[in-house]
Amino acid sequence: MPRRDDLKSILIIGSGPIIIGQACEFDYSGSQALRSLREDGIETILINSNPATIMTDPVMADHVYLKPLNTKSIVQILKNHPNIDAVLPTMGGQTALNLCIEADEKGIWKDFDVEIIGVDIEAINITEDREKFRELMLEIGVGMAPQATATSFLKGKEIAQEFGFPLVIRASFTLGGAGASIVYDPEKFDDLLSHGLEVSPIHEVMIDKALMGWKEYELELLRDKNDNVVIICAIENMDPMGIHTGDSITVAPAMTLSDRTYQRMRDMAIHMMRSIGDFAGGCNVQFAVSPDEKEEIIAIEINPRVSRSSALASKATGYPIAKIAAKLAIGYTLDELDNQITKSTSALFEPTLDYVIVKIPRWNFDKFEGSDRTLGLQMKSVGEVMGIGRSFQEALHKATQSLEIKRNGLGADGKGYKDYDTIIQKLTVPSWDRVFVIYDAIQLGIPLKRIHEITKIDMWFLKQYEELHHLEQEISKYTIESLSKALLLEAKQKGFADRQIAHMLDCYESEVHKKRTTLNINRVFKLVDTCAAEFKAMTPYYYSTFEEEIETPDGTRYVANDSIVTEKKKIVVLGSGPNRIGQGIEFDYCCVHGVLASAECGYETIMINCNPETVSTDFDTADKLYFEPVFWEHIYDIILHEKPEGVIVQLGGQTALKLAEKLSKYGVKIIGTSFESLDLAEDRGSFSTLLQENNIPYPKFGVAESADEALDLADELGFPLLVRPSYVLGGQGMKIVINKEDLESHVVSLLRKIPNNKLLLDHYLDGAIEAEADAICDGEDVYIIGIMEHIEPCGIHSGDSNATLPPFNLGEFVLQQIKDHTKKIALALNTVGLINIQFAVKDDTVFIIEANPRASRTVPFIAKAYGEPYVNYATKVMLGEKKVRDFKFNPQLEGFAIKQPVFSFNKFPNVNKNLGPEMKSTGESILFIDDLKDDEFYNLYSRRKMYLSK
Amino acid sequence: MKYQVRKKALILLEDGTIFYGKAVGDKEGTAFGEVCFNTGMTGYQEIFTDPSYYGQLMVATNAHIGNYGAHLDEVESDSIKIAGLIVKNFSYNYSRPDADFSLLEFLEQNNLFAISDVDTRALVSYIRDNGAMNAVISTRVDEIDVLKKELTQVPSMKGLELASKVSTKEPYVYGDEQAEIKIAALDIGIKKNILRNLAKRGACITVYPFNATAQEMNASDPDAYFISNGPGDPEPLTEAIETTKQLLKENKPLFGICLGHQVLALANGISTYKMHNGHRGINHPILNILTGKGEITSQNHGFAVNREETEAHPDLEITHTHLNDQTVAGIRMKYRNVFSVQYHPEASPGPHDADYLFDQFFEAIKASLN
Repeated sequence: MPRRDDLKSILIIGSGPIIIGQACEFDYSGSQALRSLREDGIETILINSNPATIMTDPVMADHVYLKPLNTKSIVQILKNHPNIDAVLPTMGGQTALNLCIEADEKGIWKDFDVEIIGVDIEAINITEDREKFRELMLEIGVGMAPQATATSFLKGKEIAQEFGFPLVIRASFTLGGAGASIVYDPEKFDDLLSHGLEVSPIHEVMIDKALMGWKEYELELLRDKNDNVVIICAIENMDPMGIHTGDSITVAPAMTLSDRTYQRMRDMAIHMMRSIGDFAGGCNVQFAVSPDEKEEIIAIEINPRVSRSSALASKATGYPIAKIAAKLAIGYTLDELDNQITKSTSALFEPTLDYVIVKIPRWNFDKFEGSDRTLGLQMKSVGEVMGIGRSFQEALHKATQSLEIKRNGLGADGKGYKDYDTIIQKLTVPSWDRVFVIYDAIQLGIPLKRIHEITKIDMWFLKQYEELHHLEQEISKYTIESLSKALLLEAKQKGFADRQIAHMLDCYESEVHKKRTTLNINRVFKLVDTCAAEFKAMTPYYYSTFEEEIETPDGTRYVANDSIVTEKKKIVVLGSGPNRIGQGIEFDYCCVHGVLASAECGYETIMINCNPETVSTDFDTADKLYFEPVFWEHIYDIILHEKPEGVIVQLGGQTALKLAEKLSKYGVKIIGTSFESLDLAEDRGSFSTLLQENNIPYPKFGVAESADEALDLADELGFPLLVRPSYVLGGQGMKIVINKEDLESHVVSLLRKIPNNKLLLDHYLDGAIEAEADAICDGEDVYIIGIMEHIEPCGIHSGDSNATLPPFNLGEFVLQQIKDHTKKIALALNTVGLINIQFAVKDDTVFIIEANPRASRTVPFIAKAYGEPYVNYATKVMLGEKKVRDFKFNPQLEGFAIKQPVFSFNKFPNVNKNLGPEMKSTGESILFIDDLKDDEFYNLYSRRKMYLSK
Repeated sequence: MKYQVRKKALILLEDGTIFYGKAVGDKEGTAFGEVCFNTGMTGYQEIFTDPSYYGQLMVATNAHIGNYGAHLDEVESDSIKIAGLIVKNFSYNYSRPDADFSLLEFLEQNNLFAISDVDTRALVSYIRDNGAMNAVISTRVDEIDVLKKELTQVPSMKGLELASKVSTKEPYVYGDEQAEIKIAALDIGIKKNILRNLAKRGACITVYPFNATAQEMNASDPDAYFISNGPGDPEPLTEAIETTKQLLKENKPLFGICLGHQVLALANGISTYKMHNGHRGINHPILNILTGKGEITSQNHGFAVNREETEAHPDLEITHTHLNDQTVAGIRMKYRNVFSVQYHPEASPGPHDADYLFDQFFEAIKASLN
């Protein structure tokens, strides 16, 4: 049965700006869905206000509307496109579903004769209305935790009295667990209850008896219109019930489930999906399992849409859930679709893994001073990484190495806690570092039973940790010379980095690398193929591992490698790792364009990244995907294997850029701007010399390495001062100080956090206007792609400022200075590729704040606003395929485009919402206005100074 | 338990290729068999005890094996039936409050030799490309020539009759003897969960040895027949084929699973063949041609029924197809209550999607009784 031929034009709703709980996984799912529908010749119309996404690129959909996600926009789009037959609301998270429901309630879909596909409204209502959901579950015999609904404060109190503590409060119709909390202490109940009632749009909360410590699982399902259901992936949360699944360390496949219990869970999941409604598409079901002999299974929730977990499940298994879900929504059945990986077998099957994946969330508590760092029912992480290995231990190590928090893995870096009380406290109150603290606890000799008692983490995982500890102890008995091949291989198989082994043996990382290469212990690459090698797979999606040898009948020994190196010229694009504040989806946009442009130039493209939420880690973005930590050792081994022409580092944000020095040192060619130039821009001293030579003004500044030096410097520069560490991201640790006391305490605190850092002190230009320019330079010519003016005054991080493209009140004289400076600096830095320069404008003089010869946060925004593929152009320039003058630039924009930051402060109720030089926003949206009389602009402008903190 | 050094071990294939690894536990050992792989991510204990795997060296593709220990109830026969085990990571530590032993203890109780730390993915790819073959796993890493010689003595699976090795020696009764429905089952390697499924639906089953005649099976005047799953090549099972031919004359409902499905085909004059490397896993997609619906099924077979001959047969109809390679997955005899499937509706391990086949069998029995 082929697809429905009455669907010719489909509207997809995106998820809007990135916020905690709804991140770039929906860029991934939306992009897949768009591609999937277009494959079938369907006209696609997209609405999404997030300019940093790939999905909103003109190449992704037939018509892209970068408009606010509200029913007004929907009506306008439906008027423009009366031929839209259906809306697919399941690819844009809860935001899209909520908008779809609102439009449905207003009768909009009916008015325009638009069918909702991929879900039915009743199903959404059932799953979101906890009372209805509960009734239904009890009706079909699926167990639920004791629970009751409160629509008033009084009712809530009554329920608490009946159930006793601990309790869980969840607000209805909210995202990422907003308004949810676990209440241990009856005294805190009143406040948390009111908070929950407040944040729920229908002022309703569910109160559950807490199933603390129960094991937690998630199943990802797909169903077609013939009611065929398959389970794509079972994910086990290492952190048991009590921590939001988005904040939990999760593992696939499920590690500690017997077939009997798993099959019961599978039956329940299918039964649940069938009972909530009749629709074709994806679905996510969460369960809790009692950690005792009974193995009782209880349903937690069901989401009739693709989710963060389905993005993870797609990357974990290779099965593209969103792509297939979109096909099912237009009427295909699973049995008539191909497995997208093998291309020879059926899509109606359940992937099987011969490896393990571990997902670890990435938090940014450092950005929210005063925030509650405890993990609980409300999601707080801003991104995630996934590690793939041939064992849980290897995957766990690779995930920890992917986090980019200056850890090399578990243990063996001298950074662990050694104090008993601290460790016990950190085990008891889970936060971002518990994954490391468990190892510290074992190192200190705290019994596993005790760790289990406190954390409720399944003993199997703890035993795996313990094995790592035993191995570390064993290795530490040797030296680099005396360590045996068998032991070194075992350490590598369990994911220990060369650096960690070097720490254990007290030698250099390079010595470990040399020893293992000599012993032929080399990284090999294995395929993610959905079928554990049962069938030949066609998709080049790899991860690395270490394996035992194989001997052919003629006595030749080798280690099996699935990644065959081709003869083609290759380019490696380094990805930007986990999303975090200051480095988000915009860099994934740049990386994807870098890959596509390199492919256009005839290169085989190789992507290295470890973020499962992204389009860059989709298996059909690059010619080869290495799902690996953006960590020196892994990257270098891939480069040794592939021997690329060079590596593009300027598209993957600070993550990729940081590796430029080492790459350069090891003789790997950096494509585009050289390491020396990157370094020159970063080194404040040399950079200001360069500015001086070019007669470009900059705020007075100095470098200090101690509080004493800083205080002396302050006398020279005068207050207010902008203090910041060097080589950091998104203004981390950056602060404006107005007196010596502030300065001293800030410097002391910074140097404690980042020892040996060179701190930069700038004279802060009070009341200045901030602007920035992005440009492409080929070393000879410079083309300025856009100049943006910040609405807020200088002092608020550029990522947190509202900004307009083009500037709204800079005079010709100032603009000319900006243009001149940009060109001079780009050329002086020998930029080949992109450059972003930030300016402070005071009294008609343009000062340089900083220059970054790399893709910036604003490049995707400008590309979207002007409708031009700037990253594509810049990549071709970097590769030397094109010169700036080869392009016909033709930016199109009537009026202004305003970049509006979006914050996730609601997840951190006690955090100061003041803005300053340290970035706090999680996402952004774009707003087009015709002129400056627009109300939105007026609002922003009138409030511009309100949030500035010093 | 501190860090432990494991003994070196290997798997030597018939064609001379060697994959290195380590011995599981602290044992020396050697085991011969045909190497095959199972892609299930759960249910290792059920697989190891499934009589259909008799004589096989099992490669488990799941990255970890043994995580949830072993459970006295989660077995498909009274002992381990595989000949040897090859895994990537062996879990010496398990976690499950309901478990009775660790997997290591379970293997030791059954005297099963296992090796770990093998590049199982490369091994599976190798078997996939070169076909199923005999092999030996051993800790005798310095005696490769001797192992090679011993390996040549192991008979090929093609043409090998194994049902006699796993079948019951004497008939026995399973289930409630007062049950209204009586089923006579031919045991050519029957899994316990099939018996549980039949008994659960209200039948009393008399289980007969592999060489029972139709006359013997009719002695208890059964209402229906069941031909079980089992190991090896179906062709040499001349007694079972003959018995099935005779049973068909009784015009009573008959249901066959796996090897029983092949026997039913052979009894109808359809040939069977050895597959390149068979279907072994719990994620196999089947299309039920009669309903148009898909099922995810548990499978374990190295032989299959000839499709062309079945399609040309006047009395037979193909009811189920394997969606990956279009092999015959289910047949029925037209106008009769006789049907069989190549896969395992009793699951254990695996999904319960095909559970309805037992219901269908019972509906047929009830209909024939009225």
